[in-house]
Amino acid sequence: MANGVLILAEHLRGELSDITYEMLGAGRKLADALGSPLHAVLIGRGVGALAPKLGLADKVFVIEKPDLEVPPAKLVAGAVHHLMQKAQDGLVLVAGTNLSMGVGTALGERAGVPFVNFGREMKAADGGVVVTSQLFGGKILSDVRLADARGVVCVYPGSSPADAGKSDKAAVVETLDVPVEAPDVAFKRFIEPEAGDVDITKQDALIAIGRGIQTQDNIELAQELADVLGGAVCGSRPVVDQGWLPLTRQVGKSGMTVKPRLYMAFGISGAPEHWEGMQNSKLIVAVNTDANAPIFDFAHYGVCGDLLEILPALVEKIKARKG
Amino acid sequence: MIHDPVAVSMLGMPGLAVLWVLTVASFGAFGWRAWRLVGLVRQGRPEDRFDQPARRLLHVAKHVFLQPRIFGERAIGLPHLLIFWGFCVYVVCFNWGLVRGLFPLLPIPYPDEVAPVAFFLEGFAVLVLAGLVTAAVRRTFFAPPHLHLSADANAILAWIGVLMLSSLFGGTFRIVAEGAGASPWTPVGSRLAPAFAGLAPGTAGGLVQGMWWVHTLGVLSFLAYLPFSKHLHLLASPFNVYFSNLRPLGDLTIAGASEESAAGSARWEELTWKQLLGGLSCAECGRCDRACPAAAAGFPLLPQQVIQRLKKHMIETGLAAAKAAAPAAPAAAAGLVAATAPAATAVAEAAPAKTGDGNGGARPALIGEVIPETEIWACTTCMACMERCAVWNEQVPLVVQFRRHLVSEGQVEKNVQDMLANLTRYGNSFGKSDRMRAKWTQPLGVKPKDARKEPVEYLWFVGDYASYDPRLEEITRMTAGIFQAAGLDFGLLYEGERNAGNDVRRVGEEGLFEMLREKNLQVLDKARFQTVVTTDPHTYNALKNEYRHDGESLRVVHYTEVLDRLLAEGRLPLRKRLSGRVTYHDPCYLGRYNGVYDAPRRLLTGLGLEVVEMPRSKNRSFCCGAGGGRIWMEDVPGIKERPAESRVREAAALPGVTTLVVSCPKDIAMFRDAVKTTGTEGTLAVRDLAELVWDALQA
Amino acid sequence: MNLFVLLKTAPDTVEELTVAADEKSLDAEWLRYKLSDSDEHALEQALLLKEKHGGQVTVVALDAPEMDDALFTALAKGADRAVKLAGEVGTGRSASAARLLAGFLKGAGGALPADTLILLRGQAIDDLEGEIGPFLADQLGLPYVSVVTGVAVEGADVTAMKEFSGGLRGEFTMPTPAILGIQSAEKPPRYVPIAKVRAAAKSSKIETVDVPTPEAPARYEVEKLYRPVVAGRAQMLEGTPDEVADRLAALLAEQSLI
Repeated sequence: MANGVLILAEHLRGELSDITYEMLGAGRKLADALGSPLHAVLIGRGVGALAPKLGLADKVFVIEKPDLEVPPAKLVAGAVHHLMQKAQDGLVLVAGTNLSMGVGTALGERAGVPFVNFGREMKAADGGVVVTSQLFGGKILSDVRLADARGVVCVYPGSSPADAGKSDKAAVVETLDVPVEAPDVAFKRFIEPEAGDVDITKQDALIAIGRGIQTQDNIELAQELADVLGGAVCGSRPVVDQGWLPLTRQVGKSGMTVKPRLYMAFGISGAPEHWEGMQNSKLIVAVNTDANAPIFDFAHYGVCGDLLEILPALVEKIKARKG
Repeated sequence: MIHDPVAVSMLGMPGLAVLWVLTVASFGAFGWRAWRLVGLVRQGRPEDRFDQPARRLLHVAKHVFLQPRIFGERAIGLPHLLIFWGFCVYVVCFNWGLVRGLFPLLPIPYPDEVAPVAFFLEGFAVLVLAGLVTAAVRRTFFAPPHLHLSADANAILAWIGVLMLSSLFGGTFRIVAEGAGASPWTPVGSRLAPAFAGLAPGTAGGLVQGMWWVHTLGVLSFLAYLPFSKHLHLLASPFNVYFSNLRPLGDLTIAGASEESAAGSARWEELTWKQLLGGLSCAECGRCDRACPAAAAGFPLLPQQVIQRLKKHMIETGLAAAKAAAPAAPAAAAGLVAATAPAATAVAEAAPAKTGDGNGGARPALIGEVIPETEIWACTTCMACMERCAVWNEQVPLVVQFRRHLVSEGQVEKNVQDMLANLTRYGNSFGKSDRMRAKWTQPLGVKPKDARKEPVEYLWFVGDYASYDPRLEEITRMTAGIFQAAGLDFGLLYEGERNAGNDVRRVGEEGLFEMLREKNLQVLDKARFQTVVTTDPHTYNALKNEYRHDGESLRVVHYTEVLDRLLAEGRLPLRKRLSGRVTYHDPCYLGRYNGVYDAPRRLLTGLGLEVVEMPRSKNRSFCCGAGGGRIWMEDVPGIKERPAESRVREAAALPGVTTLVVSCPKDIAMFRDAVKTTGTEGTLAVRDLAELVWDALQA
Repeated sequence: MNLFVLLKTAPDTVEELTVAADEKSLDAEWLRYKLSDSDEHALEQALLLKEKHGGQVTVVALDAPEMDDALFTALAKGADRAVKLAGEVGTGRSASAARLLAGFLKGAGGALPADTLILLRGQAIDDLEGEIGPFLADQLGLPYVSVVTGVAVEGADVTAMKEFSGGLRGEFTMPTPAILGIQSAEKPPRYVPIAKVRAAAKSSKIETVDVPTPEAPARYEVEKLYRPVVAGRAQMLEGTPDEVADRLAALLAEQSLI
């Protein structure tokens, strides 16, 4: 039997991250194509409660570590390595997020297997796996062959649909006791972001502003549009860095991940870090003065124009329609 | 017979002795203070303003003795001129009278005993009084904003009034005492004398002496007070005007500067002596503040305050340090040492680093405490202040010198840092690849010549904004189209062009400016051309005034000048005449800085348009607010009305005018945004001259 | 404090990137290199720590295009020493780079002083093999935390603020010596005028150290590099702002979003 595929499930404070489901979905397809079993592993405190959600996997390993609310990367790598040997899993999928940063690299070193970063697609081919990764912010793609389907792949968020990883199937759970090394880094506490007035992850419509808004005063224009649409204003990192919007309104890799029905991006170029945070929005409309802005490659509708003109005009048109 | 005024007794002492004592005291006090102030000025860094003496003297003749700039505002021009001339006459006569008073044995009369002189004295007394009354009324009821209404100024007006009245009445009483009757040499006195006809000759004679003493004491005390008041401008400003900047306005190079000047000035001793002299020359009139667009917008900047605070700071800290250094180095304290390193070090030793002064207290930081950084960054370098300053102060180079220091310390706001990093790396402020600089040419049917490879008559230096801003590319293409339609022999530098560095220099990054200039000159040196033509006035200014190619200045023209010439020569194949009323905004760097006002206007009327002037036009044009790097900077919170908004409203208020015509790419950006934010979208269109010419070329 | 900042330049994505004929590397003709934002922040954080706690900042980098400029700029900003390691390392070979750097850092003594902090970037845009931090941590046997946005040193410990997502952060403590992957410094990277960089280039020296080529064979080979085919592009709406606004409003109405 071929080596198995192992998903390192990502979780924080009692909730599974969306990327876990993405990896499950992609992992299932890959495992089926390889004719291998699909396993998942949860490591940390109180993770047993999360196991039932991972039913898409053939087996879910639970490694309870009550002392480790946020287990350090090296320690997780060690535990996963142990599991790889025990469960005969050759290919491990790890989340390409801030939280899981460092685990994959450390694991590759421990296990002596290749580590491939920025993975977007994995295809079975001739008993091995070809991993397509994005480099230089997505401008260049690379194909790497893992000859005997052995390696660690760091999966880039948003590469696959999260829904494909969800399943009602009853999970087969096995609890393991794996000895781990003493952590060299101690987790002390969480630092919450300042309470924002609005939770942008729960909005149906988001009006996003980027550098192109130019001045803080112009944000009013975006707020007007948000008001008529019954939504909220959010922004890309540069706008938050300037202090024009609070951190809780930041969309992107280091900010919130949102999936509204409508995402209108004004003056946002579409850097990958921002894209990561909103790529699964249902309808994406972008307005930018630069016709070559990357965001136009991914949006559904685009306008090459001046947001200072379009925002007020749009508000008017919508008001007219609402009567 | 009127006795010699010094013959009287005062408080039991012979008048002569009293006069001597007071004269010595007054001149001494004046001299001491003036000497100390000169000593402070000499501590400044070197600057060569000693060239072309003949030209400088002519400059003084015009601006000190004829004072055209004072006439730039309502009602005050003539009064001030009269007060000034009256002062000149009275200074001569006073000294004459003083010498005669101090040396009674000299066989010369008092000035008012000489009939023709008495005529001038009387005449000027009346004119000066009229001037004083006008000034007082203006100051009290019609004070223009930013005119410093100080007790000092009011005291001076009163003082001079007393001097004039004492002279006038002295003459009147003389007529009464001498019983001479009316005289054509003293028409006013002759008319006043009958009112005092009842006085006994002896009393009248006594009053004449009394008026003489009032006048003399008045002047002596005025003299002693002078170097402590704003009236120091009497003495300092003629020198300030003499030492004016004769180089082109648009050149920020300091002639004969020490090397450290490029790093800016954090302390007053690090400014040049000319900059320090400027503080003493300021008459606190407020013309600069009234002209300043930043001040009008509600920014914290007031040019007059920058000058005044610098002056006060210099005097406070400079004199305090000198006092403390006195026991150790009396020569340095008296400012007798030449104003180079030795004096500076002596002061530095008494005032260690940035915090100590001789008194042991902390010396306030010139930049940051005396002059807050927000003020230094608020300046758009438009030079409206310098255009109006009657004593020819140089506020803009001062601000740039402070900025150089802030940049050298890395204390620049993030936006500006990013811009400077982009300029360093890519040669443009947009952060786009230098290879994309000529991308705007792609849609053109015929690509312009590459001036790097073949000789051209006109080398078109396009500039950042015209090349990279997506909203402006179309206008740049139109300009190319117009050149081509006119058969102009022109070429571009394509990717070889870099930002000319004008705004980089004005933001204070001198090192980056030099690097950009080096790189541009390397490319220019290899190209063969006769004239450079630019789209952007900022580029125009730097290339024309701050670049030297083969040891000479470049020949640089603005595209409006080229189009104007082409039109005059009949080389523009116009297909239709335009019509309508338009107004034209003079860009600061084209107009005020470089004197190009007429070519764009001729061009507009040549197209068939009627040009209506805004109230603030030509050299009084009101800056759009983008200059000096401000287009890269954050708005300061709490501004009342942005300069561009004010300008757009000014244009929209002109009856029948539907178009605001500009000739600078940054103006397009600023005014189009302002039209949106002021809600004048339906009423005013903002168009570049090139767009209008292009229009006229189409059937 | 003994502070090290490890810098790396990567291709500047402002330029159009094209693949070379061999399909395994980038076309070098127009390629330019620069430090990532993360590198700049790492340097800034080190300088801030030096200002607060005293000590020395040493900037270390592998020899690479446009690296000299970066090192001189670091010196102009306030770093005390700049070291360039001359050694062959392929692109994206974090494992090999880690060995080279570890060899230098350990130095003759074979151990780092107790108050050492090594700061470097997080993940670079060409780190196909993964970010270098964990490799280095492994080589030196030191603790490592990445995505750090705040650093506080107290005695023999360092506390690092790590950014998760959604604005949430976590506090981690570890003893020094330690390695931190910096996402952003407490303050934005400072500006240093060109004049100072040029002065540094004239007056300061970059030490060049020869290091033997390390043994860290690649575990895989890149099969090919290629530009992505842009699958779909947004449907662009043309016209005046008014026309466009009309179309957009209609679109939103269709989707029952109004």
